Amino acid sequence: MLQGVINSIRESQVWSSIFRHGVPRDRRTRVMAVMSNLFLHLHPVAVRKSGIRLSFTWCMGGLTFFLFIAETISGVLLMFYYRPVVEYAYSDIIQMRAALTLGVMREIHRWGAHAMIIAVWLHMMRVFLTGSYKPPREFNWVVGVILLVLTMLLSFTGYLLPWDQLAIWAITVGSKMAEATPFAGMNGPGRELLQLPGGIPIVTPYSDAKFLLLAGDSVGEAALLRFYVLHCIAIPLAAATLIAVHFWRIRKDGGISGPM
Amino acid sequence: MHTLISNTMPLLAAGAEQVTALDKFKDFVNRWSVPQFSLPLFLLLMIGAFFGYRKWTKPIIFWPMMIVFTVVYFGFIPLDDSYASILQKPDNVPISMMIFLTLFFLWLGLRQAAINDHNMEIGKPLIEEDREDKVLCWPDLVYTELLAMVLCTVVLILWSVLLKAPLESPANPAGPPNPSKAPWYFLGLQELLVYFDPWMAGVVLPGLIILGLAAMPYIDTNPKGNGYYTFKERKFAILTWMFGYLILWCVLIVFGTFLRGPNWNFFGPFQVWDSHRVDPLTNINISDIWYVVILDGKLPESMLVREWPGMVLAAFWFFALPYLMTKIRFFGRLRYQMGFARYYLMAVLFVVMMLVPVKMVGRWTMNLKYIIAMPEINFNL
Repeated sequence: MLQGVINSIRESQVWSSIFRHGVPRDRRTRVMAVMSNLFLHLHPVAVRKSGIRLSFTWCMGGLTFFLFIAETISGVLLMFYYRPVVEYAYSDIIQMRAALTLGVMREIHRWGAHAMIIAVWLHMMRVFLTGSYKPPREFNWVVGVILLVLTMLLSFTGYLLPWDQLAIWAITVGSKMAEATPFAGMNGPGRELLQLPGGIPIVTPYSDAKFLLLAGDSVGEAALLRFYVLHCIAIPLAAATLIAVHFWRIRKDGGISGPM
Repeated sequence: MHTLISNTMPLLAAGAEQVTALDKFKDFVNRWSVPQFSLPLFLLLMIGAFFGYRKWTKPIIFWPMMIVFTVVYFGFIPLDDSYASILQKPDNVPISMMIFLTLFFLWLGLRQAAINDHNMEIGKPLIEEDREDKVLCWPDLVYTELLAMVLCTVVLILWSVLLKAPLESPANPAGPPNPSKAPWYFLGLQELLVYFDPWMAGVVLPGLIILGLAAMPYIDTNPKGNGYYTFKERKFAILTWMFGYLILWCVLIVFGTFLRGPNWNFFGPFQVWDSHRVDPLTNINISDIWYVVILDGKLPESMLVREWPGMVLAAFWFFALPYLMTKIRFFGRLRYQMGFARYYLMAVLFVVMMLVPVKMVGRWTMNLKYIIAMPEINFNL
């Protein structure tokens, strides 16, 4: 009975319009399953057996990507309820926690972000220990380093959004560093060297690196909006683009690494 | 040293009559957890772990050690209130995760390195050696991925249901908490603020970390160890990198989150965070050491005259040392193998990284504050 239902579904016009191949039971259909699916075709059709052992890859790169997707989904849900304005930001979070059925979304988003950072570090450690940054994969390592920085920036910009004491003071501590940027920061060495003719300083409290980051001289309204846009749009777009490059280069550079 | 004594004595004095073995143990740990003791200890542990990697990575040795560590790590939660409050802070949970995952994966990597290095010695193939043996992605890889995703989802949902995300009182731009901490993954850098000015700890060093990581594949010309676990064939690369990652990044993060309290004072794991404690700072600069201590005179007026000893030291460190290192046979060989540009890029990055421990030791042994102190132009090194 059940088998009959399954079979009639598989033979229906709808099913066979989506999946162009039979049940992946033999070599041909398994190859087809990977090749004819946009998402699965990120993979090669066949891989080295030892390359996909869990003890070799630790699965950490894959989990980082999965967490990126989980962050995107939970983040979009949070955006429905959150307004990046000083008057509302904090109370929106309180409301979200109290009034929503799926009030656990913020938790998933926050813990997922922490997990993603740890996963990215462990992925880097694995790639380092197996020497997989060596030729021909040098450039993909560089892309990975940029992705590592973007992951931490994503988390850093998100840290401000709850607009509680933890948030603004963590960002205050972090952004204070920008003030000390050599040449470009208000308190950085070499600032005095950058002058317009007539001794007019170029780097002032309203034009230095910290101002660029916060859109003000302290963490306020403008910084909240700036961090929100960076967190929800600019950095995710950059990260998604580089993730695509990263994956594509794995294939182009010879797939999962292994002894030459 | 003063901080150790002044902070542990009251603990002993308060309960002088009923000092238990547990109190003595806690006091012992508090005393020895200060960076000047624990950082060298962690470094020794790391070096020991890498040179004894063939012994301790055997599952029969590693797992009992891991179990004992886990029991001790969590066992002190009911035994000590300050320890419990630090460990159970929601945003500190990732640090515990980081500690255990890093230890586990370090073991997993070194275990395979030990097996591979042994196999190479006796002429057996590597674990990863199966070039002809290909499997299809469906089902072998896609099912692993599916399982990993399901497991990750379960863990994430459980974590989220069991532990509320932190939310403190609304932002108050006039009332900074004490201590004010950056997000945990930047606390290694914040810890460096103890030893360096913000332009170094917050801008130059992180910038060089990123640059150095990106430059790594172009610097490391060792063709061995490409695509398989090994330690024997890449000792220098692995030790240097792991020193940076495990000690200067991870351990400093643990210090920053768990052991830095009000006013960024250092507190042992079983010490109450006392916000009234004042640690006297009597730090001195190289110029003070040269003109006041050694020459027994006064600091010169002119900034450049005053700072020349520090500038000579810094110039030696950044410019002469990379060259002088080539006189050591190991680095001389590297210089020859890598060529001029690669070697000097590597060597400069190397001495910059080593400036961190050197300045730490300077602080611990002679209260060194700055090598070059030019507050007139915000240039303090």
